Amino acid sequence: MAGSSSRNHRTSGAAAHLTEPRWVRWGLIALTLGFLGLFLIVPLAAVFTEALGRGWSAYTGAISTPDTLSAVRLTLVAAGVAVPLNLVFGVAAGWAIAKFQFPGKNVLLTLIDLPFAVSPVIAGLIFVLLFGRQGWFGPWLAEHGIRIVFSVPGIILATIFVSFPFVAREIIPVMQAMGRDEEEAARVLGANGLQTFLRVTLPNIKWGLLYGVLLCNARAMGEFGAVSVVSGKIRGETNTLPLHVEILYNEYQFQAAFAAASLLALLAIVTLVLKTIVERHVGRTTVQPGTATDTLS
Amino acid sequence: MFSRQRRNVLPGFRLTMGYTILYLCLIVIVPLLTLPVQSWELGWSAFWRVVSDARVVASYRLSIGAAFAAACVNAVFGLIVAWVLTRYRFPGQRLFDALIDLPFALPTAVAGITLTTLYAPNGWIGRYLNDLGVQVAFTPLGITVALTFIGLPFVVRTLQPVIDDLDLEIEEAASSLGATRWQILRRVVLPFLFPAWLTGFALAFARAIGEYGSVVFIAGNMPMRTEITPLLIITQLEQFNYAAATAIAVVLLVISFALLLAINGLQAWTSRRLAA
Repeated sequence: MAGSSSRNHRTSGAAAHLTEPRWVRWGLIALTLGFLGLFLIVPLAAVFTEALGRGWSAYTGAISTPDTLSAVRLTLVAAGVAVPLNLVFGVAAGWAIAKFQFPGKNVLLTLIDLPFAVSPVIAGLIFVLLFGRQGWFGPWLAEHGIRIVFSVPGIILATIFVSFPFVAREIIPVMQAMGRDEEEAARVLGANGLQTFLRVTLPNIKWGLLYGVLLCNARAMGEFGAVSVVSGKIRGETNTLPLHVEILYNEYQFQAAFAAASLLALLAIVTLVLKTIVERHVGRTTVQPGTATDTLS
Repeated sequence: MFSRQRRNVLPGFRLTMGYTILYLCLIVIVPLLTLPVQSWELGWSAFWRVVSDARVVASYRLSIGAAFAAACVNAVFGLIVAWVLTRYRFPGQRLFDALIDLPFALPTAVAGITLTTLYAPNGWIGRYLNDLGVQVAFTPLGITVALTFIGLPFVVRTLQPVIDDLDLEIEEAASSLGATRWQILRRVVLPFLFPAWLTGFALAFARAIGEYGSVVFIAGNMPMRTEITPLLIITQLEQFNYAAATAIAVVLLVISFALLLAINGLQAWTSRRLAA
């Protein structure tokens, strides 16, 4: 679909017998615009209308309260830890899976996709079962005065879990498609492993990598269910921005809730714009969870 | 045979493979293992009592029913949207195409409060529906609306590349053999799209079953009526009833994995069809 890669058999070029009658075409276009308008554009417009409903100063006031700012900070910290860790993992997994043959590759790919199949609530629950007071490591942690659940480390862990597959599943097909001839040539010509990766592999995969990071970051910053379970929602301490939106909303501070939500909506818009730009370089890859395996078999 | 014997000159297999397995185990496998282990400790009869409780069963019915209904809506509209965005030209097309991914990029909590505000009896959309006697927010219908939003990109994005791959010459051939446009769509195009269509449907369905953030605001969360399964897990957790939360989570996870297996099967079918 993305730009130049798409084949050019559109209606404009196709003969009349290879497309639907004009009234059908316009009917379908109207249906599409109506559906997308109702489900995508109206909600997006509503976020900003509600946020700015009481004027600009009320808006800036709502997003500069200490609680909101600390929620923004925690969201940045969680994503700032989760995205780089999942990026390193994605590159390592890509190298091992795309450049080498070994038995059980498809099993490994399915396991990497696993977090997509897990409900966000369950993603939070498993860390409570591990590190909560009644959890496997709970007594040991309590003895040593370490808090993970209802504290920042738990939020970071849950964030890592839900954004785990994004970089890997973007980078594996790209590295696979690249093959390994270029790296082998570099090695034969005397480059060491690191040089080969930095000078040969990295330039080839950088757009795919960026694409994965974008999706990973959007999920990490926006996660709600998993983080909600492990957070304990202590204001100014364990409150991420999506959780802060919920708290304000449940306290009937609707304008403040939508003001905080508008920051996340802006993040979504920026993500979509960058994604569209990156897609021009990589061609569209499938973004659906649970579909990585087929690209390799 | 020959290439297998050739030594791979690339370094780093042990390092990257070791790290991949280690990280996967630490972040995904070990945490997920808590679920079967904890429910094993619960014992079969206690497990069954929790997961077959009337309130829990009502929540499965709601979660699966609303997810199925939303996936059906997305299957119908997703097919139309994918076709229109791939085959037709109209102003603003690229913008609409880029917007399809909004439900992936917009945090679910934002979607949740926005849809609730829109569909509440005094909201932009709910106001008019209320006049017609239809209540959306705080009913199963509202849950379906939220799940439709969440699942919207799946069918469209699965179908688009397949529609793009459709060889126009086949349609040309059918046409020159005297088929009408409707016959071509029904007999040639739709069968070709069918596996991908079903995959998109299953992906939307699977995503919707576990969804929490976008639903919890619009659902109203009344036991037996508008309480979804993920919310029930949270309710049990908040009462420190970890065993019950785990048991319900295992059932939800088994349903999700069954769907994932079905999707992988469908995917294999799709790629075989495309290769043929």
